[in-house]
Amino acid sequence: METRAFQKIYTKIEDITKATVTVHATNVGNDELANVGGKLAQVVKINGEKITLQVFAGTEGISTASEVVFYGEPPKLKVGDALAGRIFDAFGTPLYGSKEIEGEEREIGGPTVNPYKRLQPSEFIPTGIAGIDLNNALVSGQKIPFFADPDQPYNQVMAMVALRAKADKIILGGMGITNDDFLYFKNVFDNAGALDRIVFFVNTTENPPVERLLVPDMALTAAEYFAVDKGEKVLVLLTDMTLYADALAIVSNRMDQIPSKDSMPGSLYSDLAKIYEKAVQLPNGGSITIVAVTTLSGGDITHAVPDNTGYITEGQLFLRNDSDTGKVIVDPFRSLSRLKQLVIGKKTREDHPQVMNAAVRLYADAANAKTKLENGFELTDYDNRTLKFAYDYSNELLAIDVNIDVTRMLDTAWKLFAKYFTKAEVAIKNELVEKYWPEA
Amino acid sequence: MKTTGKIIGITSNLVTVKVDGPVSQNEICYIALGDKRLMAEVIKVNGDNVSVQVFENTRGLRAGDSVNFMGHMLEVTLGPGLLSKIYDGLQNDLAKLDTLFLERGTYNDPLDYESTWEFSPLASVGDQVTAGDWLGEVPEKSIKHKIMVPFVLDGTYTVRSIVEAGTYKLTDTIAVLTDAKGKEYPVSMVQKWAVKKAITAYTDKPRPYKIMSTGIRAIDTFNPIAEGGTGFIPGPFGAGKTVLQHTISKQAEADIILMVACGERANEVVEIFVEFPKLDDPHTGRKLIERTTIICNTSNMPVAAREASVYTGMTIGEYYRAMGLKVLILADSTSRWAQALREMSNRLEELPGPDAFPMDLSAIISNFYARAGLVNLHNGATGSVTFIGTVSPAGGNLKEPVTESTKKSARCFYALSQNRADSKRYPAIDPQDSYSKYLEYPEIETYLNTQVETGWVEKVNQAKTIIQRGKEAYEQINILGDDGVPTEYHDRYWKSELIDFVILQQDSFDPTDSNCPMERQKFMFNTIMEVCNIEFSHKGFEECIAFYKELINDFRQMNYSQYQSENFNNYHKKAQQLIKEKLAE
Repeated sequence: METRAFQKIYTKIEDITKATVTVHATNVGNDELANVGGKLAQVVKINGEKITLQVFAGTEGISTASEVVFYGEPPKLKVGDALAGRIFDAFGTPLYGSKEIEGEEREIGGPTVNPYKRLQPSEFIPTGIAGIDLNNALVSGQKIPFFADPDQPYNQVMAMVALRAKADKIILGGMGITNDDFLYFKNVFDNAGALDRIVFFVNTTENPPVERLLVPDMALTAAEYFAVDKGEKVLVLLTDMTLYADALAIVSNRMDQIPSKDSMPGSLYSDLAKIYEKAVQLPNGGSITIVAVTTLSGGDITHAVPDNTGYITEGQLFLRNDSDTGKVIVDPFRSLSRLKQLVIGKKTREDHPQVMNAAVRLYADAANAKTKLENGFELTDYDNRTLKFAYDYSNELLAIDVNIDVTRMLDTAWKLFAKYFTKAEVAIKNELVEKYWPEA
Repeated sequence: MKTTGKIIGITSNLVTVKVDGPVSQNEICYIALGDKRLMAEVIKVNGDNVSVQVFENTRGLRAGDSVNFMGHMLEVTLGPGLLSKIYDGLQNDLAKLDTLFLERGTYNDPLDYESTWEFSPLASVGDQVTAGDWLGEVPEKSIKHKIMVPFVLDGTYTVRSIVEAGTYKLTDTIAVLTDAKGKEYPVSMVQKWAVKKAITAYTDKPRPYKIMSTGIRAIDTFNPIAEGGTGFIPGPFGAGKTVLQHTISKQAEADIILMVACGERANEVVEIFVEFPKLDDPHTGRKLIERTTIICNTSNMPVAAREASVYTGMTIGEYYRAMGLKVLILADSTSRWAQALREMSNRLEELPGPDAFPMDLSAIISNFYARAGLVNLHNGATGSVTFIGTVSPAGGNLKEPVTESTKKSARCFYALSQNRADSKRYPAIDPQDSYSKYLEYPEIETYLNTQVETGWVEKVNQAKTIIQRGKEAYEQINILGDDGVPTEYHDRYWKSELIDFVILQQDSFDPTDSNCPMERQKFMFNTIMEVCNIEFSHKGFEECIAFYKELINDFRQMNYSQYQSENFNNYHKKAQQLIKEKLAE
């Protein structure tokens, strides 16, 4: 943002903390942006003429004599079709190529969609990953995170979802991702020739953490442009929301706020909800679907970040390393898509709900058999068959490297049922069995 | 001369204003932002400096912006036409807003002032009346909406005139009252009331003595809620809080349902207003939406209005109660309201209580729950407000401040357990942790003795003991192994499973099983308890398990069949046959 003519310059900074400065100024609006000694800052508190600003890049090197210029407006993003295929920093400035984007300026973090104007989500978003499409189908307008430990390949899965999902635009918000991961995303999209439908906002670990706070709002402002103005189906990917929450905690700490559970600010629920609730199915056919990543520490979902997230999102997806097949799978037990009932068997083949349940039930039987085996008990013939089924089910369906359409997933499941079990053991409604049971 | 002020400080949605005149606690004011006005409420006064919480985003406000105080607290508008509406926390009619996005500073009329109603008088000229007395009534959906003496009128009044039966607009004067000095008070069909004050236009508030049936066996049979009672449902995410509340809202035996979506998912509100217009009210056969009003402050709407939303819901509930109706208020989730209180308390820099919640959290929650209840009205009629809130405990841990504070005031506790949810035993109401204090009320016991059957409470307690003993047996089996314990242990365990699978578990997505009327609950519960009182002898644990599994399957099929239908009776016969054969062995 450029300094404009006739802007008043303030030079008396009173307080400096690691993330904020306080300056004497008048006629300043709440949330307004400013330039503090060449760094971008935002007004977070007004106390008479004392204005406290949060400096995104940190206050290192700022002097009490540094110049402060107020811009008179909150953070904005220029939106337009020219966003597609571009990579931006957290302030919405393009990282490569021309710095100018054709478009209209919009305030980020805008208002809420009137709940009454929402439609019930009803469109299936296939990803080709059976652990998602078969067991936890995504629906347009849904919001769902991956709960993953830091050592799991969640960014690869996100990239895969981005490339395969049938969406008009993919908007990726990277918060605190490593430079290596950033380049990985960039290369994958480049190689797939998919860059033209992707918009990428990135804050890497090399950038100051507080800048991350802008990334979700930037990404969602772009998403709202394509969904609301253009009626497109937009998929927003946010990784990693735990690092976003960490940045919130830093700022709230600098503002002397009393921390609540796990040192997180008391407003964490509202802060996260403001982002996730942007997911919407609009009456014009456009939609915003949010798939996020929340990294866990040692699988602990009672930590404030995954816990608050779970109360906001419509389900969660867990990744797990399957030691039998050596592949990463989407855990069928702990994962849940709350909206799947709206599409499975309706937008997909009629046998979908029953096949899904039967396969998960048999997989649970296999897990019990495995426990028995580990405890030194003898296995029955049925137990042995469930174990073989579980191996194939993991390998041919749950593994994240599988890429087939949902009809093929259902056919594969039927093939495995017939290979290892009798019709009675599978216990699916008779009319479906007659129609889909593969004859030897 | 109304008080005005100028902004001197802003921290998020807490704004400090320097005022030029008197203000009162909880007074409403409007802050000018360009040509818009943002609504706010006074929450603290310190000399001339007044702290207000703004019900909107404060982006762009500046020091020096002007503020106008209104001289009244946050009010709701009460009158015919509240039913079927979808309001935000401040009672704006969301259906009337044209824009896709909720624009700041947009407020509208909660009622349709141009609408007309068929009024018939109930009072006559010369009648002595007090606040809450019925002057007349108009039909609203399936109920008779009473037009009452405004609650704000203190003391006794005389009806000077009242209009004849006919069609009138909401704002037409339908009666004129006079006080002792002869001063005239015109009354229309609309009145206003401050949400933070309880409506007390009744004679007394007796102890609840009736059960409000919900069609859910784990509630009605095991831990019933009284009409005019209070209850709460804590549970971790994914345990089925919202599904349970939606099921209650569809089936409960109430005249009016108020759904307060407080800081929850917008898509869940969408589900209500998409489905309710299509679903039938099982008690009247009309559409569910006709008895329902939705008040929603979804999680991304302004935090301060979240608190307002639960009070708005409660006040509308008390209004309909004063008409002699049975009102059920469901709030999902009261934890979000507590969190809103925490955010403000934090910005006010108050000393924090446990988990940074305000110290008076417990008192605020108790005061609120105390507004529910059964009341005797001045004219001898009774009305009730039953309140059920959900609580979303952080990390699923029930030892957190909101759950503990609520436990002190709510009489029914429906704990949803993660274990039950994981093993798909829905509704996941834990049979051991949950309780209903009402089962201890002699009034309720008498009611159940006469309305259900003599000795009912005793039988319920017996079932709870069976569950408890079953769990103990199960622990022994787990430690010592299937064949390491006597077969009786297995029998004991499977009797508790029988109660669990047939009575406690219920398929809320199955049209038949979902709603189980009291008569049917009595039949099934008696059937199961008879089985539990039989002593079986099994040759081994495998045989015991196989027997109960088959029995459970038959009884579950009964649950899925129409009551007393051929299917139902056949499965019943099959189960009886199975028991007979077992005993003949």
